[in-house]
Amino acid sequence: MVNWTTPGKLSGKGIIGMNRRNIRYIGRYNNRRLYPLVDDKLKTKLLAREHGITTPALIGTIETQFDVKHISRIVQGHAGFAIKPAKGSGGKGILVIEHVNNEAYIKPSGTRLGREALERHVSNILSGLYSLGGSPDVAVVEALINFDESLSEYTYEGVPDIRVIIFQGYPVMAMMRLSTAASDGKANLHQGAVGVGLDIATGTALRGVQFDRTRNDHPDTGHELASLRIPGWDTLLRLAARCYEMTGLGYLGTDMVLDRHHGPMLLELNARPGLAIQMANGEGLRPRLDLIEQQSAGADVETRVAFSQHHFARQGELPPVQSDISHQASVSAG
Amino acid sequence: MSRLPFYFLIGILLVAGIAMTIHRHVQFDVPWTPDETRQVWEVEAQVSFDADDGPAVVNMALPSNQQGYRVLTENTASSGYGLSFLEENNGRRAEWSVREASDTQRLYYSVQLLEAPDSRSSEATAPELPENIVWERPFDTAAEEIIDRAYQRSADPYTFTRELIREFTGDRQGENARLLLNEFDRGPLLVRLLNEAGVHARTVSGLLLEDGRRRQKLTTWLQVFDDDQWALFNPRTGEQGWPKNLLLWETSGEAVLEVEGGTNSDINFSMIRQNQPAAAAVRNQLSTDTLLNFSIHSLPLEEQALFQTILLIPIGALVVVFLRVLVGIKTSGTFMPVLIALAFIQTSLLTGLIGFLLVVAVGLVIRNYLSYLNLLLVARVSAVIITVIAIISVFSVLSYRFGLNAGLTITFFPMIILAWTIERMSILWEEEGPKEVLIQGGGSLVTAILAYLAMNNPWVRHITFNFLGVQLILMALILLLGNYTGYRLLELRRFKPVTED
Repeated sequence: MVNWTTPGKLSGKGIIGMNRRNIRYIGRYNNRRLYPLVDDKLKTKLLAREHGITTPALIGTIETQFDVKHISRIVQGHAGFAIKPAKGSGGKGILVIEHVNNEAYIKPSGTRLGREALERHVSNILSGLYSLGGSPDVAVVEALINFDESLSEYTYEGVPDIRVIIFQGYPVMAMMRLSTAASDGKANLHQGAVGVGLDIATGTALRGVQFDRTRNDHPDTGHELASLRIPGWDTLLRLAARCYEMTGLGYLGTDMVLDRHHGPMLLELNARPGLAIQMANGEGLRPRLDLIEQQSAGADVETRVAFSQHHFARQGELPPVQSDISHQASVSAG
Repeated sequence: MSRLPFYFLIGILLVAGIAMTIHRHVQFDVPWTPDETRQVWEVEAQVSFDADDGPAVVNMALPSNQQGYRVLTENTASSGYGLSFLEENNGRRAEWSVREASDTQRLYYSVQLLEAPDSRSSEATAPELPENIVWERPFDTAAEEIIDRAYQRSADPYTFTRELIREFTGDRQGENARLLLNEFDRGPLLVRLLNEAGVHARTVSGLLLEDGRRRQKLTTWLQVFDDDQWALFNPRTGEQGWPKNLLLWETSGEAVLEVEGGTNSDINFSMIRQNQPAAAAVRNQLSTDTLLNFSIHSLPLEEQALFQTILLIPIGALVVVFLRVLVGIKTSGTFMPVLIALAFIQTSLLTGLIGFLLVVAVGLVIRNYLSYLNLLLVARVSAVIITVIAIISVFSVLSYRFGLNAGLTITFFPMIILAWTIERMSILWEEEGPKEVLIQGGGSLVTAILAYLAMNNPWVRHITFNFLGVQLILMALILLLGNYTGYRLLELRRFKPVTED
């Protein structure tokens, strides 16, 4: 029984299982009526704009098969862009084009796509290939994120994003997801991305995991993770916490990215955030959620973020940074 | 938000389900296991009479459910006769009628009776006492003396009856008794004497069941009432009690057989005892259409066979819920494994597995080519459906040519489900890689096999089909599982690293 633990040990750590997440948190705090707000990326985007929450710029949308051939015209003049299914889940169906080189669309991996391939992808999105339940969908074209250079050492190909769990408006736990060669440039933990737990108080790295096992460095760039510190952390937390008022969902996963020019941005929301964040933090969600359930409702964003930063502060577990590489990893805060 | 109403609902479902199940077991004697056997008596009554060349009506008493025996089925053979079953105040009767009959007529009635130790008779009401009983001389003094003697030696109606019968049997049979027996039949005489002494009583007719006997006659028994209770007495010996092998045929004191338009009427019985599987014996029961007897068995046979499968689906669903909620197995499509398991029931497990893997594997290869064609989703899935049909046809023909008849059962697979499975697996392969396909495909197959083993178990089939209350219990279990917030088995493995430091 080397690879198995006991329920007692798990609950001692405060780990939440799927069943508990579904019944106790998602079922109780997330009104099904509100799901479309987060399941449809286009709706999220428009709603965020209303609430003054920054998101990647919208280049255009394609809603009918008839419009599919206009895709090349829509993206004209944009160096890089991403095509996403509005109702996609788990990063499925997202096509990232880093730059356009005379009629050839080039993916971050260097693969070149023709116009037909682009159109086929959009057509697949519209017919519901990537949407929940296969229902007809809309393709959303967004400007590419110019992600913060300071973080480029920590990622391979893809854009790293930051997942913050927001419970009743309080930031509860956060992690950064770093894409790797194994994850094919995607920031999905179960595909092999590295998850780095982040201290809620400071936005610094706590520990890293890949494939559920502890990691101290990035498997592809070899860069250690201990020095990772998210610039603009307080802004990011406030932005994430505001998504509670924006959607009304009590148990929410916010996916944020850091843009070189615009700072933290909301990428997408998730009404059923996964549990891997517990692995990345080496800590269960339960004690934090219990603490928040005892708080009275109605606190404003500043109070909530301050409360979380005060109560959920932690020390990193990663080995200290060696001096010879610390200079290249120095990250500006702000 | 109180969970009390929820647990209350589950409690109600459990209690109702268990009560319905036990009710069916006790009341209708449905056995818990499919291989129990029951003794079934097949009794045939042959009515014969000489017809008067004119219309004839034959009216015969029929047995009902009673202590020790339950009526399963009944049949009649009587060519040319009209037949109706009458339900009268004190029992069931059959009435044959014909416009013209001549010579010796024979009518047959046969009944299957289940030996059911816990079966009970319906309530019997005591007959009224006749107003005044008049005896001619010299019988009046004889009767009076006999009653007096029996009365002296007895304490209540039962002991009185015993003493009275003793006056007419063996050594004690005196002058008075012989005088009366010369004039009257024993049965009616005893009833008359009992009535005179203020005891409610009647004669009933019964048949002593003995395996393989033919040309048997009914015997007369005394039914003596003491307030609400009654007891049977053998009028020949005075013995009290209901012999185990006595089947009461007529219990209202009426004639067993009445024939209009005929003479020399007679009734003979032959009987045989058989061993029958309990489930089959139960199936033959006459269904009385009460709400509590709400049973699949009242449907035509074809629909019954259909329901046998339908009622198994909740078992499959329970297996899926169990594996997903408690174990955490990933499947491709929530209830796809149940449908596959249903197909396995038709094909047998090994053939089904081979067939399933062949179809999905070939389907994946062809689907892989389809993805290059750049088709709309609906069209592509439709193309996969046709592909699946083609694969199944080819396999059927090939296996038939090679003499493998088992291969023909491959047609039982739900083709649209298979097509969707192939489509989903193919997308999974493209997006998450072959490992995830193996995990989900393997999970689906394991679930399907477990669901098949549960659904194909003879005991489970017997229980689900015969006890509808079990469905309520299953419902309660599934609701309870839906309320489970603990860890899944596989999470104990997944979260193991967190507990290490």
